[in-house]
Amino acid sequence: MKRRDFIYLTGAGAAAAMLPAIPIFGHDISQERALEYVDPAAKKILSDIALNAARSKGATYTDVRVGRYLNQYVVTREDKVENIVNTESYGIGIRVIANGSWGFAATDKMDKDSIAKAAELAVSIAKENARLQSEPVQLAPQKGFGDVTWKAPIEKNAFEVPIKEKVDLLLSVNDAAIKGGADYINSILFMVNEQKYFASSEGSYIDQDIHRIWPTFFITKIDKTTGKFETRNALSAPSGKGYEYLEARPQDKIKTASGTLYKGRYDMLEDAKQAAIQVGEKMKAKSVEAGKYDLVLDPSHLGLTIHESCGHPTELDRVLGYEANFAGTSFLTLDKWQSKKFQYGSKEVNITADKTEVGSLGAVGYDDEGVKCGKWDVIKEGVLVNYQAIRDQAHIVGLDHSQGCCYADNWSSVQFQRMANISLQPGKKPLSIADQIKNVAKGIYIVGEGSFSIDQQRYNFQFGGQLFYEIKEGKIIGMLKDVAYQANTQEFWNSCVAICDESDYRLGGTFFDGKGQPSQSSAVSHGSATTRFNNVNVINTARKI
Amino acid sequence: MPILTKEQARALLTKVLSYSKAEQCELNLSGSDSGNVRYARNSVSTSGGISTNSLVVSSAFGKRLGVATINEFDDASLEKVVRRAEELAHLAPENPEFMPFLSQQQYGPDSPTFSEATASMGAKERADAVQASLTQAKDNKLAAAGFLSNSAGFSAMMNSKGLFAYNKSTDVAFNITVRTDDGKGSGYATKGYNDFKKLNTKTDTAIACKKALSSVAAKAIEPGKYTVILEPTAVAVMLENLFFSLDARQADEGRSFMSKPGGKTKVGEQLLDERVNIYSDPWNTELPTSTWAGDGRAQNKVNWIEKGVVKNLYTSRYWAEKTGIKSIPSPDGAIMMGGAKSLEELIKGTEKGILVTRLWYIRPVDPQTLLLTGLTRDGTFYIEKGEIKFPIKNFRFNESPVIMLNNLEEMGKSERTVSAESNASYLLPPLKIKDFTFTSLSDAV
Repeated sequence: MKRRDFIYLTGAGAAAAMLPAIPIFGHDISQERALEYVDPAAKKILSDIALNAARSKGATYTDVRVGRYLNQYVVTREDKVENIVNTESYGIGIRVIANGSWGFAATDKMDKDSIAKAAELAVSIAKENARLQSEPVQLAPQKGFGDVTWKAPIEKNAFEVPIKEKVDLLLSVNDAAIKGGADYINSILFMVNEQKYFASSEGSYIDQDIHRIWPTFFITKIDKTTGKFETRNALSAPSGKGYEYLEARPQDKIKTASGTLYKGRYDMLEDAKQAAIQVGEKMKAKSVEAGKYDLVLDPSHLGLTIHESCGHPTELDRVLGYEANFAGTSFLTLDKWQSKKFQYGSKEVNITADKTEVGSLGAVGYDDEGVKCGKWDVIKEGVLVNYQAIRDQAHIVGLDHSQGCCYADNWSSVQFQRMANISLQPGKKPLSIADQIKNVAKGIYIVGEGSFSIDQQRYNFQFGGQLFYEIKEGKIIGMLKDVAYQANTQEFWNSCVAICDESDYRLGGTFFDGKGQPSQSSAVSHGSATTRFNNVNVINTARKI
Repeated sequence: MPILTKEQARALLTKVLSYSKAEQCELNLSGSDSGNVRYARNSVSTSGGISTNSLVVSSAFGKRLGVATINEFDDASLEKVVRRAEELAHLAPENPEFMPFLSQQQYGPDSPTFSEATASMGAKERADAVQASLTQAKDNKLAAAGFLSNSAGFSAMMNSKGLFAYNKSTDVAFNITVRTDDGKGSGYATKGYNDFKKLNTKTDTAIACKKALSSVAAKAIEPGKYTVILEPTAVAVMLENLFFSLDARQADEGRSFMSKPGGKTKVGEQLLDERVNIYSDPWNTELPTSTWAGDGRAQNKVNWIEKGVVKNLYTSRYWAEKTGIKSIPSPDGAIMMGGAKSLEELIKGTEKGILVTRLWYIRPVDPQTLLLTGLTRDGTFYIEKGEIKFPIKNFRFNESPVIMLNNLEEMGKSERTVSAESNASYLLPPLKIKDFTFTSLSDAV
């Protein structure tokens, strides 16, 4: 599902009202059917039909993905349940190399003839495209793993939790927000289960079971006399966990001067109560004075900044130009990596890519071209040391293996390079959030995600947020509004002066990272601790129409 | 399957409806065949062919609604999905906003949304079109990255109150970014049609090549307020955020730029320059769209903004009945009336200004003022005394389409274009706007 589709079905913004009506990403199914798991032996039989058909038509390499994609969403507003839907999308995607060129075809008809025909179509497309190739596709070597499995280490399958329990939670969240002074609230539980089977002509048969969950809400408060309104969105992070994510314990809460933040698990009811108060405070907040400020950025905010300014520019396909027509290229060109001294950030900045981080949205055992996943350094003490690559690019940066960054959002979508979990490592010296604020003379503490936009080579960005607190002489003195900061990626990361320690490390992220043509969505997490950046340009976004 | 004729769709839906035991039953049937080629670094990177079809069954008892979907079309499966929708309706809570299904509607004549030339496109036709584009780029010693996609589809609906609707359509879209080998120049072009015969990938690639070669060695000029000429694809990404915000309920609830204090709206007020006229028309020959919306309501010609006054908002059937306003579905396309001049003539008549090829990464900053941020991209040029003088570095803007349409200087001829953000098609003119707000520079090419 695309970001805009999500906005539409949640009623979270009028901005999507011209979009197509749901259902949009699969067939509606019953709760009982959502709890079924397709036998891997059956998927192996289907995969072998495709592998054999493609080989017989001349494919020199074939991979097959049998995918069962389950979504459940529960959508409410105020005291009403707007939608409860289970969806399933089940089918097969077949990718081949023939005559040195890629081809792909997909079908949801899972009989022998339809699968064989789809494999033949993929080969014929590859052969037709071969005349357009300048050089044949070159794949990094990959051994076959035989029959293997990987399951996300969840504690409670969200699809097994009764719908009534979810509805009751959301309606109690809504009730708390309205009683707390909000005028409107949309709350949503969005749950995903990807049951993916991968087979290749190299001898892999990989069965994976992946879970994600995102509880969120959107609150609006209106001043009826002036017609002004403000919003406050949930501070939850979309997560690669089961329903246990919604069962927050005291140790999962970080109490700060500005309110409660969440680490690892999320208390939706508490956050809604807090949001109803804070949205009222936002109505009365002082409009920011534009200028230079030291920014203290909470992980609930910094995740998207990392995503846009660290994650995307280090994707090798962007560096090479494969996204030039849509998502763009990257300023982190090969010469900067080859120099081994490109100062992307200050010495405080250590960025890792990790496809295995427990609880992250991007955690898998194997990627969608059968590569075993791992962790590696991308920025080390501020210097660019590596990219994120897949099999047909590895040779370009001298790697003898793929880094396992291939992903497709559905069986009907062709897999291509997507971002690993990209995270800023915490500081090594003890440093708390209170310490960070104490050390700032003139600054703004920003919590939560707001508007975000970055140019097509990932230099110039502008970010908003949910909550903005003015810091003066080491103390929070009140709330600000109309805040957005603009910076150049390299200057911004070189202005990073202090990162809180491991105890404050938390995951942010997104369910809807869009890229590719046709556009696909990917879910990915970004870890960080509260981090300070000095002397950043803040603009005032207030306008009159 | 997947493309059924009107008669085939009617026969299938009549059979499915005969299985229904619900108080009300509504069926939505759709299918599509699509294909695409994506290329970069002057070679194909991905391509594919996909066929899908789907039947949605909505069954209602009182205000309880159950929905089930299937893509298997044997009799047993069809009966099973109807039973499933009925079971779900019995289990569902009452929805106070449920609206009874519509009876037969008047949709007017069919709209020319289908082209056989597009429907019959295969891998060979796509490869030929891409080859024409690549040849053009290679001849100019430039690197092309592009995307060509085509689709043919149909949709039909029938319900137990006698409503039947059918439409089939095709779409072909092409977009291309061409870059110089040194990474210092970039140009873009995009076109979309119902009819593949109208597409000329060679001509469009030539435009992108020219922009790429002309945009090398861009100069930095100070951010600030400038007169800009936005090409239609740049206009599209600004205006679609305005179109998306014309929802009646959001306005009535007080959380839209169209809201006024006390639950009133700005409908009927002069909000924009009086030369601004925006409408939708399913029968427009350049931008034909379906004559009915997904909930069965008729799509008619609607004036959304007339002489700068917002005349209509779209609304759900529930909200229309509750508030007593006219029930109008959101349109499938939007058309802005333009002037008679070409883009070149607009440039010729500009003393000082900036030509913007494309805008990128548009995000809402403030829903109250519709303030948007984003950047220029793939061909930004400084105009002086009616001529393009030199390429300039890209800018970030912070601007509202409402403010922008109050600063309108001149409009060119409307043409069909595709939003680079939403992929939606529109019929829009190039616009010359004064005091467009650029807030910072970008080094991105």
